[in-house]
Amino acid sequence: MLDVNKLIQGDRRTAAKIITLIENDGEGKQELLSRIYPHTGRAHVIGVTGSPGAGKSSLTDELIKQARRHNFKVGVIAVDPTSPISGGALLGDRIRMQEHALDKGVFIRSMGTRGCLGGLARATKDVVKVLDAYGCQVIIIETVGVGQSELDIMHYADTTLVVLTPGAGDHIQTIKAGIMEIADIFIINKSDLGNTKRIVTDIEQMLDMSPRYKSSWRPPVIETSTVTKDGIENLWSLIRRHFESTRSSGELRETVRNRVCMELMEMVEDELRRHLWGYLNQNGSLNGLLDDLADRKADPYTESRKLVERFLNIKNKH
Amino acid sequence: MARKIRVLVAKPGLDGHDRGARVIARGLRDAGMEVVYTGLHQTPEQIVEAAIQEDVDVVGLSILSGAHMTLIPKVTELLRENGAGDIIVIGGGTIPEADVKALKEGGWAAELFTPGTPLETIVEWIYEHVKVD
Ligand code: B12
Ligand SMILES: Nc1nc2c(ncn2[C@@H]2O[C@H](COP(=O)(O)OP(=O)(O)O)[C@@H](O)[C@H]2O)c(=O)[nH]1
Ligand SMILES: [Mg+2]
Repeated sequence: MLDVNKLIQGDRRTAAKIITLIENDGEGKQELLSRIYPHTGRAHVIGVTGSPGAGKSSLTDELIKQARRHNFKVGVIAVDPTSPISGGALLGDRIRMQEHALDKGVFIRSMGTRGCLGGLARATKDVVKVLDAYGCQVIIIETVGVGQSELDIMHYADTTLVVLTPGAGDHIQTIKAGIMEIADIFIINKSDLGNTKRIVTDIEQMLDMSPRYKSSWRPPVIETSTVTKDGIENLWSLIRRHFESTRSSGELRETVRNRVCMELMEMVEDELRRHLWGYLNQNGSLNGLLDDLADRKADPYTESRKLVERFLNIKNKH
Repeated sequence: MARKIRVLVAKPGLDGHDRGARVIARGLRDAGMEVVYTGLHQTPEQIVEAAIQEDVDVVGLSILSGAHMTLIPKVTELLRENGAGDIIVIGGGTIPEADVKALKEGGWAAELFTPGTPLETIVEWIYEHVKVD
């Protein structure tokens, strides 16, 4: 029913349906993704992170405009938090992007985090692939903007934007640990509202002291306003320059290799876990051991090693 | 991961009464659904396009302007034209009894909820009518 060829030809209903299947971890997901995979790896993936209200959605809207001006087909994944209590989510980022709703060169999808702590929905990285195969040359991911583990975005994005506001300058020390290290570009948004000098200087000073930027790219700190549009064009050209620069220096290749390595290991672990448990607990054969562990007659440090050895032996005989 | 019901709550036309739409959006979220809210002043075309990209099960239109007899059929028609006629269309707002009847009998809306409808009624209706296989 879900036809990968139609996805590649740019059928938006097919794209939307495939994304739903992936989000729901539906039947046939793996096969579908393995058929999609060869058609991916072309898009420039831009991550936008920063506190709620900083202007991520508004900036995403501006970036869509810029990308469209340069004739790129654009995909947007806007992630909002899922309520841990009800399991529901209010997905409102689209409000600021609705003027692009009728543009066939723009595909916007809202997602709930669905219990994933990383600030990104678990399915996000697979949805990126769907949009990539669908033909999007630029894919923008807007994160939730809360929590330390927001840092996930750096693993999926080629270019990561950290959005701050002038008011944040007073609390520069309290900015989330780690968030300063993941930025490829710092954006001080809402420059129309007040004094941006202080926060710009603070960040520049931090960069001077930071060990990470011995690489070819020192993250620029730029001011934008989605109200006056100041700095928006500059932002777009910096984003593209970062992409080109990391591509030609080989840094991008390295990032992509790390990304696929992480992904591969995750999948291997998932697969192993499935097999392992099936083998080890055949007909509840672990029940006795569980009692022994609970009664402290055996210890898990020794037993876990023994179990793995047993598993590997069974596997070798096959 | 289980299947989640996805609902688009939209305000078509020039109507600025968004209190009801917000109440519904929040209520459905608290009932465990994923609710996409697109804000005020949406054209039927924008609503339909968003519904397709977001792959929602239900489009919910909130109309307190009196323009329901044109806006609701337009959205339903466009969904069908775009091969998305399987998406359920419901709505709410100040819609007179006679119009509710006409819209439902004409097949333009599956159900309409007028002022004062308890939220639970709406939540129950959606859980009953969306297939969660
Ligand atoms: C509050 C209000 C306002 C507020 C709106 C604030 C806001 N941001 O929403 C203000 C003061 C701004 C306002 C302004 C106007 N208003 Co006024 N307003 C009302 C009022 C008193 C209550 C509406 C309300 O918020 N109810 C509370 C919510 C929770 O209820 P609800 O929206 O009906 O939603 C319930 C159901 O309808 C249903 N539902 C609604 N939407 C949806 C969607 C889905 C998906 C589902 C499942 C269910 C559902 O579920 C909800 C829960 O039961 C109504 C009178 C009334 N009795 O409805 C007039 C009313 C809607 N307004 C009216 C008018 C005329 C105006 C103005 C044109 C007045 C003027 N001349 O300036 C302006 C126009 C504003 C604009 N830009 O469009 C008329 C509309 C007449 C018509 N339909 O032809 C009404 C009916 C008053 C009247 N009797 O004349 N208004
Ligand atoms: N003054 C001003 N307000 C802005 C600017 N960018 C966004 N906003 C406002 O800030 C609020 C939050 O914006 P939004 O894009 O939703 O932020 P997000 O939560 O980070 O996605 C909205 O009311 C916007 O209108 C800006 O450059 N200047
Ligand atoms: Mg946002």
